[in-house]
Amino acid sequence: MIIFEHVGKAFADVVAIDDLSLTIAEGEFVVVIGRSGSGKSTTLKLLNRLVEHDSGRIVFAGDEIRRFKPEELRRRMGYAIQSIGLFPHWTVEQNIGTVPELLGWPRARIRDRVTELMELLDLAPETYRGRYPHQLSGGQQQRVGVARALAGDPAVLLMDEPFGSLDPVTRETLQQEIVRIHKASGKTILFVTHDIDEALRLATRIVLLDRGRVVQVGTAREILEQPATDFVSDFVGRGDIGIKLLGLDTVAAFVRRGESAAGDPIAISASLREALSMLVARRVDRLPVADDDGRLVGVIALADLAKPRP
Amino acid sequence: MSADPPRRARLQVLAHDPLLWSAALLTFFVFGMNELRPIFAAVFPQLDRPIFTQDSFVALTAAHLELVALSSVAAIVIGVAAGVFVTRPLGREFRPLVERVVAIGQTFPPVAVLAVAAPLLGFGKWPALIALALYGLLPIVQNTVAGIESVPGSAHEAAKGLGMSAARILRRIELPLAMPVIIAGIRTSVIINIGTAALASTVGAKSLGTPIIVGLAGFNTAYILQGSIVVGLLAVVVDLCFDRLLRFLDRWRDDTPRDVSAEAGQVRSAAS
Repeated sequence: MIIFEHVGKAFADVVAIDDLSLTIAEGEFVVVIGRSGSGKSTTLKLLNRLVEHDSGRIVFAGDEIRRFKPEELRRRMGYAIQSIGLFPHWTVEQNIGTVPELLGWPRARIRDRVTELMELLDLAPETYRGRYPHQLSGGQQQRVGVARALAGDPAVLLMDEPFGSLDPVTRETLQQEIVRIHKASGKTILFVTHDIDEALRLATRIVLLDRGRVVQVGTAREILEQPATDFVSDFVGRGDIGIKLLGLDTVAAFVRRGESAAGDPIAISASLREALSMLVARRVDRLPVADDDGRLVGVIALADLAKPRP
Repeated sequence: MSADPPRRARLQVLAHDPLLWSAALLTFFVFGMNELRPIFAAVFPQLDRPIFTQDSFVALTAAHLELVALSSVAAIVIGVAAGVFVTRPLGREFRPLVERVVAIGQTFPPVAVLAVAAPLLGFGKWPALIALALYGLLPIVQNTVAGIESVPGSAHEAAKGLGMSAARILRRIELPLAMPVIIAGIRTSVIINIGTAALASTVGAKSLGTPIIVGLAGFNTAYILQGSIVVGLLAVVVDLCFDRLLRFLDRWRDDTPRDVSAEAGQVRSAAS
């Protein structure tokens, strides 16, 4: 569990974080979002003491973070950043093994852990183990960066816009993978982004910051349905709120079982947003729905999308 | 038969290797200078003694190398330490001061340093060593600072964020990444030192400058040539050795991924 209590931080008289209070339970995927300079990266760095807070209290694993040695604290929190920061003179294997080596794991265990993580992040171990970072694509480098952050089996994963510099397709793949890793490992993740769609896709809870202050904390649905201020509405994109809400649900919620319609089916696991898009693109008001095995199970109707969730 | 092409390729590489040839030439001049007596006698018929013989060239070269080695080691230790110090948070304030002092060290002509040092320290090796070490500091300090500053900020941040201590970041990340640049500075410093060490003979230290100075004093052009050729070749050989070292240190920057080059190797051997 992580607790921020009335935390403040100023850089040479400029307030970066103002009275931040936030409790993060174990296993949450918290996305901190805000514009540039809103203090979102600083929030992350306060936690692993790359930046020291001026006032208030930050508690990690039951203890004030100042009670830990900074290096020890950081080894218990994985850290992945937008610029990745792989060590260019180390191979993929050495890069991923950074924290286990710091923790003094035996060589064989480090090797096994690296193999496991490379498989988890879809990097063929035998092909990429011995490569240097400059021999990898941007997406592969960020996979290595995420694997490196996970390597020491940290309780918490801190991610500072890790997918910000990737192309949209690679970004979406990695977003899906991090959701999968979160579900499988149950790790607490604190993730910073300025991309509202990324936040909606990933977060179990969203923290919206503006000029160092928390504006709203809530689930994606709460933020979209009950924006606390005009700033929140603007930030999530006033005109798009309906579409974004549709993105939170899957076709499964509205499928009319037993009915049928013509055309190519949509997957039951697709989002309602995709369903709407397909309905509009095909200029129809009903689409057949197929389950994961490709069997037709029913239809999704345009009229249902505007109804409250069943 | 199948072993032939690689062997021939290796011979070809050797034949084109400037290090091999310049080293062979240097060895010949150092150990076989006496064999050249007829040639120098023919070119300079007016000279009674066409070959410098007060000291063997082996002894002169050894003394020269000793001067260069001792002064360079001192310059490297002090220079790298100073460069590392001024890039630490603690030493950042001292950076302009250190750079100024080191620059003055190089602005002073080594002959002037020798002239000042000789009366203070007496004649012989010590004033020469001090002058050479001071003179060689600048490129080492400059390149150590530049090398450490060239380490990507993101790698530094990641190292810190993952829980490396400052000492470990220096040892495992900063110094290895800065090493090619630092070595390049050491290379410049050592090559300058090889040339400058010849001046040490003006304050009585034995070096390859001895035949040059004796030759200048006694109008013996052959002596001057002999000293200069060996100093020149020595500089070339050492420079080429540094070139090798730098290529070795930079090997990971190679663009071919390992498995691809392995495949290429298989294809090549299959073709032959």
